[in-house]
Amino acid sequence: MAELYQELGLTEDEYRDIILLLGREPSKVELGMYSLMWSEHCSYKSSKMVLSQLPTRASYVLQGPGENAGIIDIGGGLAVVFKMESHNHPSAVEPYQGAATGIGGIVRDIFTMGARPIACLDPLRFGTLDSPRMRYLFGGVIAGIAGYGNCLGIPTVGGDIYFDECYEGNILVNVMCIGIMPKGNLIRGQATGVGNAVVLMGNRTGRDGIGGASILASQEFDETSQEKRPSVQVGDPFTEKLLIEACLELLEKELLVGLQDLGAAGISCACSETAARGGVGMKIDLEQVPLREEMDPFEIMISESQERMLAIVEPEKLDEVLGVCERWGLNAVVIGEVTEGDTLEISWYGEKVVEVPASSLASGPVYDRPAERPAYLDEVQSFDASTLDHPSDLNRVLLDLVSGPNLCDKRMVYEQYDHMVQLNTVVYPGSDAGVLRVKGTSKALAVSCDGNSRYVYLDPYAGTQIVVAEAARNVVAAGGVPMALTNCLNFGNPERPDIFWQFKESVRGLADAARHLELPVVSGNVSFYNESFGTSIYPTPVMGMVGLIGNLAHRRTIAFPEEGLLVVMLGDTKDELGGSEYLKLIHDMVAGRPPEIDLRMEKGVQTTCIEGIRRGIILSAHDCSEGGAAVALLECCCGDGIGASLDVETGLAPIGWLFGESQSRFVVTLREEDLESLRVLADTRGVPLHVLGRTGGDRLVINDWIDLAVGEMRSAREGALEELLKG
Amino acid sequence: MRFGVVVFPGSNCEMDCYYVIDKVLREDVDYVWHQQTDVSSYDCLVLPGGFSYGDYLRCGAIARFSPVMEAVAAFAREGGLVIGICNGFQILLEAGLLPGAMLRNTSLSFICRFVNVRVENTDSPWTNAARPGQVLRIPIAHGEGNYTADKATHDRLVGEGRIVLRYCDEDGEPTGTSNPNGSLDNIAGICNEGFNVFGLMPHPERASEDTLGSTDGLLLWESVMAHYRGRG
Repeated sequence: MAELYQELGLTEDEYRDIILLLGREPSKVELGMYSLMWSEHCSYKSSKMVLSQLPTRASYVLQGPGENAGIIDIGGGLAVVFKMESHNHPSAVEPYQGAATGIGGIVRDIFTMGARPIACLDPLRFGTLDSPRMRYLFGGVIAGIAGYGNCLGIPTVGGDIYFDECYEGNILVNVMCIGIMPKGNLIRGQATGVGNAVVLMGNRTGRDGIGGASILASQEFDETSQEKRPSVQVGDPFTEKLLIEACLELLEKELLVGLQDLGAAGISCACSETAARGGVGMKIDLEQVPLREEMDPFEIMISESQERMLAIVEPEKLDEVLGVCERWGLNAVVIGEVTEGDTLEISWYGEKVVEVPASSLASGPVYDRPAERPAYLDEVQSFDASTLDHPSDLNRVLLDLVSGPNLCDKRMVYEQYDHMVQLNTVVYPGSDAGVLRVKGTSKALAVSCDGNSRYVYLDPYAGTQIVVAEAARNVVAAGGVPMALTNCLNFGNPERPDIFWQFKESVRGLADAARHLELPVVSGNVSFYNESFGTSIYPTPVMGMVGLIGNLAHRRTIAFPEEGLLVVMLGDTKDELGGSEYLKLIHDMVAGRPPEIDLRMEKGVQTTCIEGIRRGIILSAHDCSEGGAAVALLECCCGDGIGASLDVETGLAPIGWLFGESQSRFVVTLREEDLESLRVLADTRGVPLHVLGRTGGDRLVINDWIDLAVGEMRSAREGALEELLKG
Repeated sequence: MRFGVVVFPGSNCEMDCYYVIDKVLREDVDYVWHQQTDVSSYDCLVLPGGFSYGDYLRCGAIARFSPVMEAVAAFAREGGLVIGICNGFQILLEAGLLPGAMLRNTSLSFICRFVNVRVENTDSPWTNAARPGQVLRIPIAHGEGNYTADKATHDRLVGEGRIVLRYCDEDGEPTGTSNPNGSLDNIAGICNEGFNVFGLMPHPERASEDTLGSTDGLLLWESVMAHYRGRG
């Protein structure tokens, strides 16, 4: 065993703890289970203590972290379920299947709670498209998301894509899913009721993905990583679609006591977590598990074959449950029963191979890792932008920015995703947030995800606050009131003090921003070990935000909706080029401090915008983010092809006003007669308001700085990605 | 009028079609399970979009063997109204209820976007409410919509006016760049000889409400309702 525990990734101390717990040496199968359940991926052993500071409660939160997904109440008897997860390492090893099974996993997390999945969003991070390998990864990930998500009939309504050298060796594939359900459908992943049957549904178990998610996700990349391709699971979206329909039918008919998906750590995780949550034990006959090939108990327990669910069923309802599964053409077999006590007992043809306390698997070790401020921070933060030589052709700079990989049009990506199925999508990808109507009500959901890691790299605390604020701002621009957030925190190796310091600072920023903006964190995921050959990615916390639009008529897009409207900027523009896309793309520099973020001002600007929309004053809204005001204004023009003539009064240099990325700003349009009303809304919240000019014509004119035809701006941003992909 | 929306394992637009028929058209509608063999109580059968049987092997290739398909074929032989949308169109081709076959889009990618289609023949149960040459804005969402047929079949389709919808630009010109998937002769939708069976790649159910950005799809639904009432 001594060699085996190391091979399985357990430390000597952890191995000793297992022996103490059991009062004996663990069997091989038991050791395999502990190694997976106590892996970073499943146990959150490095992050748990830090995450405990996050605000998770609000009157409308029905379920916070700890379950398969978070749930909020949106009134009218309806609840919204959502979560974000990573599938980074599998996607870096095998992009199509890695991304596809990422979708499969997050979707299962949603319908496991009883909700119909209604939308997915995918935040993706790649290296630069210069190398054939990165273009292959990019194409494979997009195709995998499309191949799996489209088949399920779940629209992909948003996401974001950044390209940066820091992801060269370790791309990020984060996936978010949102579901909706009548509150009464809520079911938890827990086993209760001694004597109830444990039913395994869905795909047969095979050797694919043995230790996939948990093993791959809990170590760095090196030259052996390609050998781990067999650890990547293979997706079968057709079976997943049948599982969705069958499970929702079973819940509708109230036939289940508990439901849990099988993800990382497979049967080990599903059995121990449901038993631990329900405070019961479980007895499993492993030979009942339908297999694709000959496997031993060790392999069966740790296999991560996809599209499997575990249901807890009362004996008298068993026949009906098996009948529903059969009608959908799904395997469903009883593999065990719920028992008294806390013991997870697993046998193989009558021979006991596992006998452990279920709770000991589900609650792994907890570490307080050492943290130390990284040395690079002093160097990057000391940068002085005033020493730069700026180009004089500002039109050229603007066109270069929007034809660059990060700010160009992403249509060629989202058109590969079915973003319309289910007939709920009322604002398509390409605006600040996706908007989904809630059928049978006048409400809608505004959903977005965000994560500018450059800011977080330059200042993990402030940068993460910006990420939270911007995700909320995107929802606000669409007309939604931000309700709650989920996240995926992508970092390097937590055993390195400099990385762990980034993580701690980032979570502190997340907690402070969430508290100020009154946004409970209802679910989330941590992905560590995003390193290759000893180099970490930028710290990349990604936020997923869900907002509520009380009246569908209040939804807004970024496009200037008509001619002759006033163009107004809410919020101030400061001299802040640090961390900007301008610095990166034009000067090839990642330096300075990220823009300042004042959460009180942020809240004021957001509520001004929401109130302005609700009262019908604000007719379109767009937040200023990467690329600054100039890029935001360009995007407003390109939406419906309406230009604008703007006269900006500022003490800043043109470059600073146009391309600086000051926070807490919106570009909005309104009728002239509504200006005073908006001014009142802004003044009462202490929000600065600047009239920039008017919409109209087919050119964007800003002082004597920018003068471009809408057609020229459109052709710069459209088709740029296709060009970059040609290499 | 009573619609039946056929549900194959892997269909994923059946709820959308049901919703539009029920809530927008306000007509009677039921789901028809793929193992059902009696469809005689329906006035129109809808084969919805999706990925029946995962589109494994080939789009629609397995669904055509579903028990319900024999009943659908018999229903069509009797002159019953059958519309196949997207995957439903692919199934009708595989089942031989419409001629021709589908290839992958020339881009080799799935494409989801609004396209323009021109109504080529208004003398059909599916297009009688449209003006000749009317341009409809309706979304597509498919990976295999590249319709193809041999020359004899194509000649017959043209000669008999059975090409009902063609991809076109905003002005109604069926140009190369307005063809999203490379389909033969910009074909977006065709009918059988009797015009009672209609297959099309665009999704009319996604363009049946103002809120969703277009009501052009309603014209197709309203046509078939007018046809039914006229006959009925």
